[in-house]
Amino acid sequence: MRSRPSVRSRATFLAAAACILLPLPASQIHAAANGARPAPAATAPEDGQWTMPSKDYASTRYSGLDQINRQNVARLKLTLSWDTGSRKGQEAPPLVVGSTMYLTMPFPNNIIAIDLAAKPRPAVKWVFRPNPRPMSQGVACCDVVNRGAVYANGRLFFNTLDGQVIALDAASGKAVWRTQVGNIMKGETITMSPLVAEGKVIVGDSGGEFGVRGWLMALDAASGKVAWKAFHTGPDKDVLIGPDFHPYYAADRGKDLGVHSWPADAWKIGGGTAWGWVSYDPQLKMIFYGTGNPGPWNPEQRPGDNKWTTGVFARDIATGRARWFYQSTPHDLYDHDDINEQILLDMPVRGQMRQVLVRPARNGYLYVIDRKSGQVYSADPYGYINSASGVDLRTGRLIPVPSKAPQEGRVVRNIGPTASGAKDWNPGAFSPRTGLIYLPHENLCMDEGVMEANYISGTPYLGADAKMYAGPGGNRGFLTAWDPVRRKAAWKIREDLPLWSPALATGGDVVFYGTMDGWFKAIDALTGKLLWRAKLDSGIIGQPITYRGPDGRQYVALVSGVGGWAGAIVSGPLDPGDPSAALGFVNAVRDLPKRTQAGGRLYVFALPR
Amino acid sequence: MSSPCRASLILLAFILLAGCDREKRGMTHEPKPETMAFVPSGDPRASDYENNAFQMSQGQRLFMWMNCVGCHAHGGGGMGPPLMDDKWRYGGRMEDIVYTILNGRPNGMPPFKGRLTEQQAWQLASYVRSLSAQPRQDVLYSRSDEMSITEPATLKERNAIMNEPPAPGHGPGK
Repeated sequence: MRSRPSVRSRATFLAAAACILLPLPASQIHAAANGARPAPAATAPEDGQWTMPSKDYASTRYSGLDQINRQNVARLKLTLSWDTGSRKGQEAPPLVVGSTMYLTMPFPNNIIAIDLAAKPRPAVKWVFRPNPRPMSQGVACCDVVNRGAVYANGRLFFNTLDGQVIALDAASGKAVWRTQVGNIMKGETITMSPLVAEGKVIVGDSGGEFGVRGWLMALDAASGKVAWKAFHTGPDKDVLIGPDFHPYYAADRGKDLGVHSWPADAWKIGGGTAWGWVSYDPQLKMIFYGTGNPGPWNPEQRPGDNKWTTGVFARDIATGRARWFYQSTPHDLYDHDDINEQILLDMPVRGQMRQVLVRPARNGYLYVIDRKSGQVYSADPYGYINSASGVDLRTGRLIPVPSKAPQEGRVVRNIGPTASGAKDWNPGAFSPRTGLIYLPHENLCMDEGVMEANYISGTPYLGADAKMYAGPGGNRGFLTAWDPVRRKAAWKIREDLPLWSPALATGGDVVFYGTMDGWFKAIDALTGKLLWRAKLDSGIIGQPITYRGPDGRQYVALVSGVGGWAGAIVSGPLDPGDPSAALGFVNAVRDLPKRTQAGGRLYVFALPR
Repeated sequence: MSSPCRASLILLAFILLAGCDREKRGMTHEPKPETMAFVPSGDPRASDYENNAFQMSQGQRLFMWMNCVGCHAHGGGGMGPPLMDDKWRYGGRMEDIVYTILNGRPNGMPPFKGRLTEQQAWQLASYVRSLSAQPRQDVLYSRSDEMSITEPATLKERNAIMNEPPAPGHGPGK
């Protein structure tokens, strides 16, 4: 954690840097004071829309709109509020395309189109109800969430909990095609938001807690036909590993490692799902994404590195062929799914400009990795870690702390980070004006005991009990402003509750995020100072966005609705009498039911006219 | 006294002292009575399983082995609903729970028919009912199979069951 004086001096420096940048039009991407900028090919000029959850292929979650800025954000007022009727965890963002807003709901995954230009006030245009099978709720590991639809070329693409990929005509709300890709009888669900690029819809499965065999696939955006499918365990031909696969580290080279790094046949039920975020570099024609935890959680049942779980893949978007892989957590001990976001930046590394991806991993390290080679330039702790002592940059290997390794027959106390990681799925935002990444994350530790798990198809395959609680300092969350070039936090904001909502950065140098007890906050992107906040009906785990409305004004929008793994105690509701409920998360947020309630409401804010 | 002897005595004392320092574990469980009208079971098998310590402890083992714990945790719930609270979605009588276990329910409970014998399903149901603090004290298992993060069931305060006749139209949740 940074001391106060350095925060102030850093703030002054950044403020000065921002003053120099201010005269430039917000839509143009320039390198920030620290030299970092989003990958140019992976961003587009600001058009005032929000067409995909991550905003752009570089996954910046940055909008150049600057009508709302650090001087006037304190005057932000509610302009629209509408109950969606949902009472489950709302992790999906609103999308805004032209004058229409699209909402993606948790199970039963309805899509709602709202005409923002309707008079006298915005009105529902159409609702699409995919009616996924109710049985899928029983194999959804952590509440029945969905992370959002994507708009591209007049169509909306989204996934349903019961494993369908659906394309809608955005104007009429009619289905163009629907393809069943997941099998809930095996425990495969889909919660992730697809990535749509080069005529492909990229989709991965959830179910790492059910012993599924994880995969990522590409569907043809026009027809819905499967173009390629890559598994994350098993023989090379299934993983789409061939002659053009060149991992940087020796540990990731060899034939059929997806078979040989497992006990016999364990790879068939080994997890390694892809339920998080995919970034795309149109210049390299490569996608980047992470793979989930190996199954079962009990590591003693799967000696070996368990490839290709808990690592990051680079693949050719057209063919799916793997280009490189880096396993950030070989032989995962704690459910450290590696599915978090990768922000594509061009920035100086040891004095030389590099094309990198920045990933704050669940294991607590923030990795800077070369996009072309897969070389790890740095791996620095951005949260509290006592389960590993570092990353060996020569071999790329995480160095675990043996005393924190779970073993059958004993309970290991005080493990940091928890199974949910120093940060879970909720992505940070990168501002090209400050050069900082704004990371909403957790500060939790856990006790864990493991026991032998039986594989029964369609039931959880875990073999672990956990109990989470506040980490060092007693606060359960942080908003960390991370400088990827200087490799340290510029400043941190302590949050009482774990942060489960993504961040949004804007050209007005304001950063927005929400808390699980329902505070929607705006902070100064330079200093972290709280500039504005509003209390919403339900806790926030959703993705805030900003857009230019049909009237030319800038709006900030978000859907409330506490839930997800962290908020399941409220959306379940679950019983805090059992600390192991929700895989141990309930114990960390026992106070949440008293501080918020289940809900689901769209909120839109703007400056007064 | 020779010095090895003294050393071993000191070592023995140290071991004994260390043994006294038992880990402290917070007691968090507050059992709840069923607040809805309790409908006595109409199946004669129910009391055989509910009032038998062996059957209940077998159910406790099956609860872990069959991965019930993965969804319902140790009663607090997760992917599945809590079993230690006062709500039953599909009825809380022994035969309702057995039916749920064997045939599944439409909102996510998978069927275990073919994976469990009927006898095992009754054993499981007996344990499931014990989570909401209904059974006789002398039948309860004295220790948990889990990671010792909840207190032993025998130490829990038992609350009286609300034993009122069912409201009209109220029946089993099948």
